[in-house]
Amino acid sequence: MSAISPEIAAAPALPDVLPPVKLRGKVGTFVNRYPTIAVGGVLLAAMVLIAIFAPLLFTVDPTALAPAKRTREPSALYWFGTDMLGRDIYSRVTYGARVSLLVGFSVALLASVVGTFIGVVSGFMRALDSVIMRVMDGLMSIPPILLAIALMALTRGSVQNVIIAISVAEFPRVSRLIRGVVLSLREQPYVEAAVASGTRVPKIIWRHILPNTLAPLMVQATYICASAMITEAILSFIGAGTPPIIPSWGNIMAEGRALWQVKPFIVFFPAVYLSITVLAVNLLGDGLRDALDPRLAKRL
Amino acid sequence: MSNMRPLLEVAGLKKHFPIYGGMFGTETARVYAVDGVSFDIAKGETLSLVGESGCGKSTVGKAILRLIEPTGGEVYLDGQRIDNIPLVRLRPLRQRIQVVFQDPFSSLNPRMRVRDILAEPLINFGLAHGRAEIDDRVAKLMDTVRLPRDAMRRFPHEFSGGQRQRIGIARALAPGADLIICDEAVSALDVSVKAQIVNLLSDLQDELGLALLFISHDLAIVEHLTHRVAVMYLGKIVELTDRRTLFAKSHHPYTRALLSAVPVPDPDAVRSRVILTGDVPSPINPPSGCSFHTRCPFAYDRCRIEEPELRTVGEGHQSACHLDHVPGGQVVPVPR
Repeated sequence: MSAISPEIAAAPALPDVLPPVKLRGKVGTFVNRYPTIAVGGVLLAAMVLIAIFAPLLFTVDPTALAPAKRTREPSALYWFGTDMLGRDIYSRVTYGARVSLLVGFSVALLASVVGTFIGVVSGFMRALDSVIMRVMDGLMSIPPILLAIALMALTRGSVQNVIIAISVAEFPRVSRLIRGVVLSLREQPYVEAAVASGTRVPKIIWRHILPNTLAPLMVQATYICASAMITEAILSFIGAGTPPIIPSWGNIMAEGRALWQVKPFIVFFPAVYLSITVLAVNLLGDGLRDALDPRLAKRL
Repeated sequence: MSNMRPLLEVAGLKKHFPIYGGMFGTETARVYAVDGVSFDIAKGETLSLVGESGCGKSTVGKAILRLIEPTGGEVYLDGQRIDNIPLVRLRPLRQRIQVVFQDPFSSLNPRMRVRDILAEPLINFGLAHGRAEIDDRVAKLMDTVRLPRDAMRRFPHEFSGGQRQRIGIARALAPGADLIICDEAVSALDVSVKAQIVNLLSDLQDELGLALLFISHDLAIVEHLTHRVAVMYLGKIVELTDRRTLFAKSHHPYTRALLSAVPVPDPDAVRSRVILTGDVPSPINPPSGCSFHTRCPFAYDRCRIEEPELRTVGEGHQSACHLDHVPGGQVVPVPR
C-alpha cells in the first residue's frame, strides 16, 4: 500500500466545461417542454394584471383633458406622451387593456358556448344538421369584420354590443369545428359501449362527448380571443366600436391617426400593446394545440 | 331444447348501407353488408361468427345491439322481438346484451376513471345506489376480471392493452348480462395476452353461465372456446355447425379454405392447402348465384346461376353449397 494504484491515478479529470445549466424543478421542466405556453402565458398574465391594477400603476384619470399640455413627446412625466386633448397616453393605454381583454375573453367564451351548443345539436340531430350548417355557411361567407360593422350599425356603440357583434361573427367557426368533432366521437367504440350500457343521450353528450371536445375547443377559443381583440380595435378605429369616452386601443389609435406623421407615438404605443397581447394569446393557442395533441400526449 | 326457446334468435337479419350520389343525392347503390343471416344462441353457449374482414360479421353484432338499425329480419331475445321496438323500450333490455370491442384503446373514454367507467352501467340500470354500494360493486367487478382493486382510481391510459380489455369485459359484465358480443375482442392483443383473455372469457362463461357471440377472423382462437361456429362470406352464413364437425369434416369449400389457412404448430406437418385466388367480391355488386363461385375451386355452372340455400347436411350441420361432398379436393357434383 505504498503508492496509489495506476488505475486510480489515471482516473479522468472532471471536465472543465459543465453542461449548460438547465432550468430545474417543476416550473423548469414545464418551460422546457412547452416554451410557447410559458412565454404566451406569462405575457398574457402580465397584460391581465396591468388591466386589473390599472389605477395602481402610476396612472392618472385617462379621460382628464388638459388642452394646454397637448401632444407632448414621451418624457419622464408623460411616459408615452399626451394626445391632442392633452390626455396621458400611458394611462389611456393601460386602461385600454381592460376593454381589449374584456372583449377578447368575453367573445371567446360566448362564441365557444354558443358554437358548442349548436355544434352538438347539429352533430346529434341529423335532421337539423344540413339546415343548421347551411345557415352557418351563410354567416361564414360574410367577412367577420363586415358582419360586425353591420351589426354595430344596427345598435348603439357599447362594449356589450361590441362583444355580441363579434361573437355573432365568430361562433359559426366554432360550431363547424364542434360538429366535426362530435361526428367523429359518436363513432368511437366507447360511445357505442355507453349506448349499449343504456346511457341516455344527454348523459352521453355530457360525459363522453363534451369532455373530449375540450382540447380542440380551447385551441380554437384562443384564436378567437386574439382575432376578437383585433376586430374590436378595428371597430373602434373606424368609429363603429366602443364609444370614444371609453379608452380602448382602437379609439386611441383612431384619435392619433390624423397626427400620425408628426406625432407617431400616439399610435405607436397602443399598437405595441395590441400586438403583444395578440401575440401572447396566439402563442398560448399554438402551445396548447401541441400540448393537447393526442399524438404528443404520450410524453407525459 | 325442444320446447325451450334459445336466448337469442336471429332470423334473416339484413343490413344494407345505401350509397348516395348523383346530383340530387339519391340512392345510387347499396352495400349488402349483411344479407339474410339467421342463427340462434342458447343460454351459456358460445357461437363464433368467423369470416374474412369485410364479410359483415361486426355489422351483425352491431345490428343485434341496435347500434346500427337493421334493414330487415328479426331478432328475438328470450322470445321477445327487439329489432323493431322503439329505442326507449329497448333500453331496459340492453342490460341483458353487452359488448366488448376490438380496440382496447378507443373503447374506453380516456377522460374517465376506471371506477366511473364501470359505475356507468350500474347507475344506468339502477343496480347500485350511493357511493359506497357502487364502489363495492366496482371492486367486485375488478376481482371478477382479475384486476387489482386499487386500479379503479386510475385512468385507462395507465393500463396495458390486455388490462384495458379486462376493463372492457368488466364493463360488459357490470349490468349482469346474459349475452356478451365479443367483437374481435382479442384480435388486437399479443398472442400471450390473447390466451389470457380467452381463458378469462371461458372461465367467466363457466362461472356466470354467459352466452357469447364471439366474432373473430381467427379460427385458431375460436377452436379454443366455441361450441358452435357460423362461417360468414359476403354478408351470408355459408356454414353453421358445432366445433368438432367444423374442424373435422367441414362441408363448404370456403370453410375448407379458411381451415387450411390456420397455422399448425408443427413444421413437418404435411397439409393439403386450399389456396384461394382473387379478392373478396365487392358487397356493392355481389356475384350472381353463389357469392363464392368467383373463388371456389369446385364451382360449376349451377353455382353461377342459382344461389344455394343453407341446407342441412348432417346433424346440426348446415351448409350453403350445391355440392353434396367436397372431399379433399375431389368434386362430386350431384345430378339433380
